[in-house]
Amino acid sequence: MVELAYLLAGVLFIVGLKGLTSPRTARRGNRIAALGMLVAIIVVIVDLIGLDAKLAWGIVLGGMVVGGGIGLLLALRVQMTDMPQLVAAFNGFGGGSSALVAAAAVVATNAVIPTETAVTTSLSLIIGAITLTGSFIAFGKLQGIVPSKQVFLPGGTATNAVIALGAVVAAGVGIFSDSATAYWIATGLAAILGVTTVLPIGGADMPVVISLLNSFSGIAAAMAGFVIGNQALIVGGALVGAAGLILTIEMAVAMNRSIPSILFSQFGGGATAEDIGTKPVNRATADDVAIALAYAERVTIVPGYGLAVAQAQHAVKDLANALEERGIEVTYAIHPVAGRMPGHMNVLLAEADVSYDLLLDLEQANPRFPQADVALIVGANDVVNPSARTDPDSPIYGMPILNVDDAKTTIVVKRSLSPGFAGIDNPLFYEDNTLMFFGDAKQALEETLVAVDAL
Amino acid sequence: MSSEFIAGIVVFVLAAFVGFEVIAKVPRTLHTPLMSGANAISGITIVGAIIAAATGTGVLAAVLGFLAVTFAMINVVGGFLVTDRMLEMFKKIPGKR
Repeated sequence: MVELAYLLAGVLFIVGLKGLTSPRTARRGNRIAALGMLVAIIVVIVDLIGLDAKLAWGIVLGGMVVGGGIGLLLALRVQMTDMPQLVAAFNGFGGGSSALVAAAAVVATNAVIPTETAVTTSLSLIIGAITLTGSFIAFGKLQGIVPSKQVFLPGGTATNAVIALGAVVAAGVGIFSDSATAYWIATGLAAILGVTTVLPIGGADMPVVISLLNSFSGIAAAMAGFVIGNQALIVGGALVGAAGLILTIEMAVAMNRSIPSILFSQFGGGATAEDIGTKPVNRATADDVAIALAYAERVTIVPGYGLAVAQAQHAVKDLANALEERGIEVTYAIHPVAGRMPGHMNVLLAEADVSYDLLLDLEQANPRFPQADVALIVGANDVVNPSARTDPDSPIYGMPILNVDDAKTTIVVKRSLSPGFAGIDNPLFYEDNTLMFFGDAKQALEETLVAVDAL
Repeated sequence: MSSEFIAGIVVFVLAAFVGFEVIAKVPRTLHTPLMSGANAISGITIVGAIIAAATGTGVLAAVLGFLAVTFAMINVVGGFLVTDRMLEMFKKIPGKR
């Protein structure tokens, strides 16, 4: 009976995930998955009470109240612009919990575990610990607590390989000699590995990192399912592991890079500081930008991370409204890795009440740029850098980009000429038909709106 | 290998395939809510956490169990709630295009 109830939870997860694949059904899908979770929680509690009513319920209740309260607070308080770091943190808590479940199993059995379960216990400990610490470094980078630039550690990849090998060896000792200490060493090394792997990864690669950690949190949960012999964990964990992996691959493809190269290679360089900022650009004022926009027929807005930083989503929408009132067609072109997590820009624009059918994918947007009068780039850089098409020496060569330079006029709203996270110069900025409007995205767009209204 | 363990592997592999099939064609617009919703599902480890917390004996087991339940609950409650908040905003505004 209990098994069947867990099966129901698993089915609700699958139906829920299916719902999450279409905008119309997504909200219901999420609620169906939440219902599956509720079923699983009720089942486990009822099942345990049936076994023995005098268990440590105080601890369970305490954890549920504290954890539930923290989760509630975080979910209700978060700004949409801060969503990437919140998802990173939630990933970390999920992975950490799976590692703790495996750790509790080690304690409960004094590390005397049958070999097959011992292997999954080790995997749960190691993957869970990597997810926990890796996610919190990602959180720190996105929140600005940890430097979001690449931080190079001594030894680089070789150091990580040694730590990883050490964790595997320690886990092997734990499995074959029933040593709890060996398991703890493996867990500790994995926790260090999470830090040393994510720390060197630059902010622009965060969409890949967060997706991968999401996948890891699922795999850790599935492994914990093997540890305690529970099918609900195996099903839920496998689903999330698969979902995270699909997103990871899609993000990597969108950057034309392999997952190992993101995780283990040093990236960036190219132009030096002297190169940048010495070449002449067309500086524009709010009035120049307003005129270019107001006399256009078709405007495509290209948002990037700068829009999130400046919280400029509402300012973009207000400007778009003003243009639409003038009969101008406004669409949005979203690069798959714009922002700091997959779909980041879509969430922000949804918050500003932009209809989701106006948001165009890379494949939909590129054929339209030649017909666009203005491409308005707000806080994006690397995803519109033409050297990805033209310069085989560029670190981002081959990455699919939004071909904004096909538009008649390109307007770039940007704080300064500083390079993006890839650390490379952008030839787009020096084109004759590019107008550079320097400033904070929100302020710049608000000024532009005033200027448009005054025309 | 015990038959229970093998059954577990079967379930794992099949569930992973279902996951790939269901999610392979998600529109990019939904990537963030999908990730956040999937992340909440990985909080299913709450079941293991509750078992660990309820059945553990000794101080260390109690601490591990308490932390496991707390972490998993943050993931579950926060994950589903924030996904709902996000999806509430996704609208197709009629009359445009």
